[in-house]
Amino acid sequence: MTAPVAVVIGGSAGALDVLRTIVRELPADLACPVTVVLHLPAHSTGLPALLGADTGLRVKLAEDKEPLAPGTVYIAPPSYHLLIESQGTFALSVDPPVHFSRPSIDVLFETAADVYGARLIGVLLSGASEDGAAGLQEIHAAGGTTIVQSPLSAEVAIMPAAALTLFEPTYVWSPNDIASGLTTLLSGRPA
Amino acid sequence: MDAGAARNAALRLDISETEIRQLLETLYQRYHYDFRQYAAASLKRRLLQALSHFQCQTLAQLQERVLRDESAFPRLLEYLTVQVSDLFRDPEFFLAVRKQVVPLLATYPSLKLWVAGCSTGEEAYSYAILLAEEGLLDRTRIYATDINDESLRKAQKGVYPLDRMKQFTLNHRTAGGHGSLSDYYHASKDSAVMSPKLKQHITFADHSLATDSIFSEVQLVSCRNVLIYFDKALQDRALGLFSDALCRRGFLCLGTKESVRFSAHAHRFQEVSGEQKIYRRVD
Repeated sequence: MTAPVAVVIGGSAGALDVLRTIVRELPADLACPVTVVLHLPAHSTGLPALLGADTGLRVKLAEDKEPLAPGTVYIAPPSYHLLIESQGTFALSVDPPVHFSRPSIDVLFETAADVYGARLIGVLLSGASEDGAAGLQEIHAAGGTTIVQSPLSAEVAIMPAAALTLFEPTYVWSPNDIASGLTTLLSGRPA
Repeated sequence: MDAGAARNAALRLDISETEIRQLLETLYQRYHYDFRQYAAASLKRRLLQALSHFQCQTLAQLQERVLRDESAFPRLLEYLTVQVSDLFRDPEFFLAVRKQVVPLLATYPSLKLWVAGCSTGEEAYSYAILLAEEGLLDRTRIYATDINDESLRKAQKGVYPLDRMKQFTLNHRTAGGHGSLSDYYHASKDSAVMSPKLKQHITFADHSLATDSIFSEVQLVSCRNVLIYFDKALQDRALGLFSDALCRRGFLCLGTKESVRFSAHAHRFQEVSGEQKIYRRVD
């Protein structure tokens, strides 16, 4: 398989602990950027510090026009959509919420699919909305690798279940399998 | 997911950046609206929404449509430009303006403000209300500019849904408002109509940050959440206009996630509030 060049992760209710597990397991020599949209209250900016405590990797809020760098975990800033431009930089927008959410997982996933195509891994976690399902389908349609948290393992199954009604993802995994499987995929081996 | 969304998903992957560039070039040649230096990813999302509104299958069809049918262009423009805002959006920002900027603005015998990219007017009215409360509105002229004529017409009317006033009132209070917001509008059926005593101090006008030059010296420029839609070159152009329009020691206000830091004009500004992105021209 083609070695992935970027990972995008989306989640909402019940996703924070899973995300922490994933970030904790990310390899220290991570060769690609990981970008996260997690639905949070508008004023919470503590996520980079929280995740950063679990890993030696750099964890930060994504900034407008910032180039995506390897070995970095980027978090969408509250109240802005986070998009990826074809030149491998971030863009922000205050366009209307999608599925009542800004940032929206769909918006990140769609634009990431446009830029990275088959070399992208998309991960959709626990959540109480359908945001992310259509975006993950686009990653799938563009030839990327898609991972959905198994609804049974999800604290809130609506989000992963929404993706599963749309298409058959590459993997349906429990949190621990996502964490270890991602590491394997990142090394360019099949999981 | 509904069928429309599924169709949109299929469409997305078929739209190339080249096609988008072609459409933008056409819009520029035909209507003199210049979106060629807008950030592409947001533009693509908005074009997809326009495609579904116009029931077009491809960008080429959409291009054909707006070329043939002049009445279609304003509707396309809505998709490309319109921004929904609030009165006193980001109340903490307006609180910082009230506390850190207003005392210095008060030292000028007459004041000019430029709200660039004013969309339907919420931001301009917010400044007018704030300055009225601080006793400065009588000596103030606010220029509020946008490229969308329809937005400007709405801004000039200053009519907002009454049900939004609850949020606006909350914003106004958090922004340090010491009067009652209802002193500045009157309710009419389901609408709130902004007061003429605000409107007489605001000039709404057509202006493009991509193609026009400056029109007046001003003490404060406010352009929030507009630059994020531009590419770097256009951001630089806009920031150049702002620094040229500002008087020495004049104020520049940007959106929370915008900055002069990486621009060619960074050296012309110092930070007043790093968090609220308020700058002052230093040269």
